[in-house]
Amino acid sequence: MISETASSEPPQYNTKVIKQFAIMTVVWGIVGMLVGVIIAAQLVWPELNVGPYLHFGRLRPLHTNAVIFAFGGSALFACSYHVVQRTCNAPLVSNSLAAFTFWAWQLIIVSAAITLPMGLTSAKEYAELEWPIDILIAIVWVVYGIVFFGTIMKRKVKHIYVANWFFGAYIIAVAMLHIINSLAIPVSLFKSYSIYPGTIDAMVQWWYGHNAVGFFLTAGFLGMMYYFVPKQAERPVYSYRLSIVHFWALIAIYIWAGPHHLHYSALPDWAQSLGMVMSLLLLAPSWGGMINGIMTLSGAWHKLRTDPTLRFLVVSLSFYGMSTFEGPMMAIKTVNALSHNTDWTIGHVHSGALGWVAMVSIGCLYHLIPRLYGQTKMYSERLINMHFWMSTIGTVLYIASMWVNGIAQGLMWRAFNSDGTLTYSFAESVEASYPGYLVRFIGGGIFFCGMLLMAYNVWRTVNTDSESASTSEGAAINV
Amino acid sequence: MSDFWSYWIIFFTLLVLFGSCWLLIANRKTDVRGDLAEGEVPKTGHVYDGIEEYDNPLPAWWFWKFIATAIFSLIYLLLYPGLGNYPGLLGWTSTNQLEERVASANAKLDGQYSAYAQRTIDDLAGDPSALRMGRRLFNNNCSICHGVGGTGANGFPNLADADWLYGSTPEAIKHSIAFGRQGAMPAWGSILGEPGVGDMGEHLLSLSGADHNAEQAARGATQYGLFCSSCHTPAGTGMQALGAPNLSDSIWLYQQQNLTLAENIRHSIRSGRNGNMPAHYEKLRPEKIHLLTAYVYSLSQNQQ
Repeated sequence: MISETASSEPPQYNTKVIKQFAIMTVVWGIVGMLVGVIIAAQLVWPELNVGPYLHFGRLRPLHTNAVIFAFGGSALFACSYHVVQRTCNAPLVSNSLAAFTFWAWQLIIVSAAITLPMGLTSAKEYAELEWPIDILIAIVWVVYGIVFFGTIMKRKVKHIYVANWFFGAYIIAVAMLHIINSLAIPVSLFKSYSIYPGTIDAMVQWWYGHNAVGFFLTAGFLGMMYYFVPKQAERPVYSYRLSIVHFWALIAIYIWAGPHHLHYSALPDWAQSLGMVMSLLLLAPSWGGMINGIMTLSGAWHKLRTDPTLRFLVVSLSFYGMSTFEGPMMAIKTVNALSHNTDWTIGHVHSGALGWVAMVSIGCLYHLIPRLYGQTKMYSERLINMHFWMSTIGTVLYIASMWVNGIAQGLMWRAFNSDGTLTYSFAESVEASYPGYLVRFIGGGIFFCGMLLMAYNVWRTVNTDSESASTSEGAAINV
Repeated sequence: MSDFWSYWIIFFTLLVLFGSCWLLIANRKTDVRGDLAEGEVPKTGHVYDGIEEYDNPLPAWWFWKFIATAIFSLIYLLLYPGLGNYPGLLGWTSTNQLEERVASANAKLDGQYSAYAQRTIDDLAGDPSALRMGRRLFNNNCSICHGVGGTGANGFPNLADADWLYGSTPEAIKHSIAFGRQGAMPAWGSILGEPGVGDMGEHLLSLSGADHNAEQAARGATQYGLFCSSCHTPAGTGMQALGAPNLSDSIWLYQQQNLTLAENIRHSIRSGRNGNMPAHYEKLRPEKIHLLTAYVYSLSQNQQ
């Protein structure tokens, strides 16, 4: 084995910021998913919509922001800081800037949790936060970029590992997406208006919205996958050249796919078609990551029987493959004509969000947390295994119920009588969705309870007698 | 779109499309290095925190899937709009697709509707098959405000009773549907003052025979003669030519659920009301309005 690492002594890695983000990933995961379970319950029992502050319309953006940016964001910060140090064999370029990203990111999350229930919103999906918070996000993101790329520049190995390509692409693209989409003219401290008019605003919003999925929730988490899957499986990555092809193809093509959110709208026909074509073209590059992850296990398949953490990682890749197949299909105009505005979309998002993003994050944390706290493994493997099954069953219940609902809604809305009138009123399609909403609530509830098991398991791992801390791989420093 | 932007789009679209294919083909390697034992895959030689990388070839099925989607994309962009201003070989646009579908639906339905358009409202109101179509049209277009069955809601008149704001004749109903109605009750709060609003409310309650304060009602009656009787008539029986509601019956259009009847009435007097029935002549064809009229007409006929 040829090692590119020359130094014999491991560098003084910054683990403090990683620990902070890792723990907050679990905390925000629980908070965000709890809000998700609450709004799922509100759709089953509308009387749970209490007062203006806890109404579905205000809690829903709180849920999406909490799970994407608080839970997912913290997981990405934790893992990218861990991976970039380890694979560059260099400590973070600045501990104080890294600490700034942690505290400022938490401040952003808390501001979101306060302003969204108050009804302060820019009304752009997944970009609801008002302009003062948007500015803070932009600053944090630039600092994040400085810490990350600064560390890359100081690396002690010749090449840059594939995980860091994905993290780098995600950091650059999210900065660009966030800043361009959030451009607005403030009229007061808590109110602003987008600088883009009408259809252009919609196009910019969905260019942002789809690439929040593409770069934040896909590229970033693929970066996590590329480090933690080979680590946990203790196998080499399957194919270097596959990483090259699917990385460049993925980032080149993803950025075009936004218009598929605006099929049959006022958007010009050419832009709609282009969005659809690029979405279809995205299928193979998306699957490249899945193949590389799953095939990394070849020769180590037996580990799946005994290692629930690895199972989390592999099943997350399967959900990733499934939802990146479903996405291009739903981007086809004729399919979209059925699926658009139905629960199918919500199901699709959650097969990605629960099945891929959450499960890969959970798997990575089960690998990462004991190592951060000087342990060799989590407090309880049995609890990880239970968590795995709860996550899998919860996700399957969620997405299956939303498929049934979505297709039923799509078919009911387009059903005509022989005289050209609509067969069903909208309220009838809502009534037909009721059983699906109940199953979704149960599935989401099971997934949420799994997170509670994780919190307990993490708590016990972190608080285990830390005598053995000195044996951890790489020494920790406090900043 | 100017030619410049059109070429801009075409250039970058084709760059990404062909660039991806070039990347794919350039990295295609099916053979494994000759000096390796069978079954042994070469590694890149990179090691990152203990992670190594194999140099496995691209899976063939994946390679061909990528190529297939690229070929599909190229064909699609030849046939349909997508490459800037290039309209595509099929000449498809979403506008002409809509027009074609509307035309073909109309062609199919014309005969069905025109047969009913020749008949009078009275005649249709007794024809179950016409009423079935009318009810579906009503459920599609009207029930969201007036309720399934036309029983109304707060601010939306009940169409299934014998009380009519603008008249119960087929002509009046058809006019309401086709051209809409604007009910404008002015706000009297600043003129009457809050005590005056209270007095007027008691008077209106007395008109419809509800419980009321007789002393206040008497004061309100004087003001009523001055300000209200010209539209609502001295006896409070209303005027259909203006759409001024009958105040002497027990039917009240505005009944917000968390307010008492007296509070609702005072609100109407104090702040006024703006009723807006939208016009449908641009949205629905005359034959459909004709059937809808027959259905709405039949609702109240059943009550009499």
